[in-house]
Amino acid sequence: MKTASTSPRNGVLILVAGLVLLLIGLELSGSAFWQGIFINLGFYIILSAALNLSNGFTGVFSLGHIGFMALGAYTSAILTLPVDKKDSYLPKLPEWLAAVHLDTRIGTFPVGFLAATIIAGILVSLIALLVGLVLMRLNGNFVSVATLGFLVIVRVVLINADQFTRGSRTFSNVTSYTDLWWVYAWVAIVLFVVWRIKYSAYGRAMFAQREDTVAAQSVGIVIMRPRLLAFVVSAFFTAVVGALYAHFLTSFSPKAFYFDITFRVITMMVVGGMGSVTGSVIGPIAVTAINEVLRRIEDATLLYGISQIVLAVLFILIIIYRPGGLLGDREFDFSWFTRRNVPKPAVKGEVSD
Amino acid sequence: MSLPLYALQQLINALSIGSLYALVAVGLAMVFGILRLINFAHGDLMMIAAYIAAFALIAQIPLPIALLMMVGGTILVGVVMERVAYRPIRTAPAVAALLTSFAVGQILQNSMLLLSRFAGQPVQIAFPTIDALRGVVAIGDLTIPRLNIVSLVVGLVLLFLLNLFVTRTTLGLSMRAAAEDLQAAQLMGINTNRVIVTAFVIGSTLASVAGLLYAVQAGTINPDMGFSPILKAFIAAVIGGFGSISGAVVGGYTLGLLEVLLTALPGLGDILPAATTAPGVITFFKTYLPSSLSSWRDAFVFVALILLLLVRPGGILGTIDRDSRR
Repeated sequence: MKTASTSPRNGVLILVAGLVLLLIGLELSGSAFWQGIFINLGFYIILSAALNLSNGFTGVFSLGHIGFMALGAYTSAILTLPVDKKDSYLPKLPEWLAAVHLDTRIGTFPVGFLAATIIAGILVSLIALLVGLVLMRLNGNFVSVATLGFLVIVRVVLINADQFTRGSRTFSNVTSYTDLWWVYAWVAIVLFVVWRIKYSAYGRAMFAQREDTVAAQSVGIVIMRPRLLAFVVSAFFTAVVGALYAHFLTSFSPKAFYFDITFRVITMMVVGGMGSVTGSVIGPIAVTAINEVLRRIEDATLLYGISQIVLAVLFILIIIYRPGGLLGDREFDFSWFTRRNVPKPAVKGEVSD
Repeated sequence: MSLPLYALQQLINALSIGSLYALVAVGLAMVFGILRLINFAHGDLMMIAAYIAAFALIAQIPLPIALLMMVGGTILVGVVMERVAYRPIRTAPAVAALLTSFAVGQILQNSMLLLSRFAGQPVQIAFPTIDALRGVVAIGDLTIPRLNIVSLVVGLVLLFLLNLFVTRTTLGLSMRAAAEDLQAAQLMGINTNRVIVTAFVIGSTLASVAGLLYAVQAGTINPDMGFSPILKAFIAAVIGGFGSISGAVVGGYTLGLLEVLLTALPGLGDILPAATTAPGVITFFKTYLPSSLSSWRDAFVFVALILLLLVRPGGILGTIDRDSRR
């Protein structure tokens, strides 16, 4: 029985209100350092939630998602580049693309950036659909290796398509649009959508075919459909992060989208719990916090590499002792915030793998 | 250069690269065959070997002792890796094991970064030259780098020894039994821990030799040097049907041939004798296979891999792996 005081909805509202206050505080403080940390945290929350949708919910473990992020970053950066800059900076761009400049604003609101982000997302989703039609047929380790192959292919394409991407050189001159509000608006959208998917019929089909493919098929689940849906939606959001990232850093190269960040996002997702939406928030927060502390220690002791080692050890310990991550499939219980001396409802046991 | 000579030279290149891939892929396949674990950290064993050899040679330790230290040290790391990281998760899902191996790789790479810092070395170290591996060998008009010949010969010898071990010894037989069915092998009284450790020992040994050859070839070493060869070894192992030792060897050489073919074909336009070839052929090579093709090589190789996984998930030798598809 849920009474008004123990409703999880109130807990969510309290959290959202707290987050908005925090963002206002960060904005007012004007501290570039803390704003930077929270913007990066937002990126990782989106990446982690998107990856969880694909890898955690369906169990089809992709290692190639950062390739989607790279494509999103380059697509939106090319789209928003003003025409005069395009002439000098990317002179070999095809004419139809050179004429596009999504740098318009309505008032102070950069509509062009929003459009570029969404176009990048849609374009990358289409690529994901094609890739997914082929790769989602594979299972277990094989899909991981094949998607890792996709990551390598994206990298080779980016480096070789130099009339679009300037090859392995740094792509700079990107207009800075991304701020805290952009990032956390997308965080809210992504978390909401992923949450809704988890508790939809499609979401349950994803989990069902993850737990037992044959049993799921025998009750009439066509396993390609939920897998593809998860992969494509997840690619869309990953591309969105790419766009946000591009317009936050304003310069980047293919190097930024490779194995390091892939492994970092996977760590965050696994720490939070594969299959848990709230875990995709808690994981990045935990890992970012630990990482920032370790980096201070690294700077003080000059023992660069320690932070990576500690994170990797942590990761192995979690896989050995708590393979479901902090939350497993479950979600954080929001009524925890508002509960007062109400007997704790029995917690449903973790779904075993 | 005449066409047959060009072809022969490229063939030797292909076989020597292929030997390197085969050495790495075999270790990967052996562990996968028994544990269903894709050991991503296998490439970092190559890196460890290269570093031990480099440090030993920089410290003026004679080559034979340096090589022994290299092989011994790599085996030690491989065995510790199995005991500490992989044994506790032996029953975990395949993906958890794969992720663990990434983490192990991160630990190895960053430890090496720290160590070379303590040793007062830069991140990227120039690999000390080894006189026995320098220079070229000239046979008639053919000039072949000595390193390629050594890679080829060492690769073939080690793979031959491995074949003897797997087919002629009891431990080798146990290993094949464990690869067939780990549980059944255990029920038959095979000490599976011993078999698994042996697989890691052999894999580490082969990886250390490959690491040395790779480092000599590259000239410099750095902590993430294992990434590219391990990707190639994956592909080689998949081509051969993951988990099969002979498949990994076939896969290694196939990949070597494929790669050299992709880099050598564009050069054909300059080599083909203009007088005897139809003019269209030369134009074809020059227009459609520009030399920039080789920078796309990795992409081609992976596209080929993905196609192979779809069409023949059991590899070209055609063993069927029940785990590859849904």
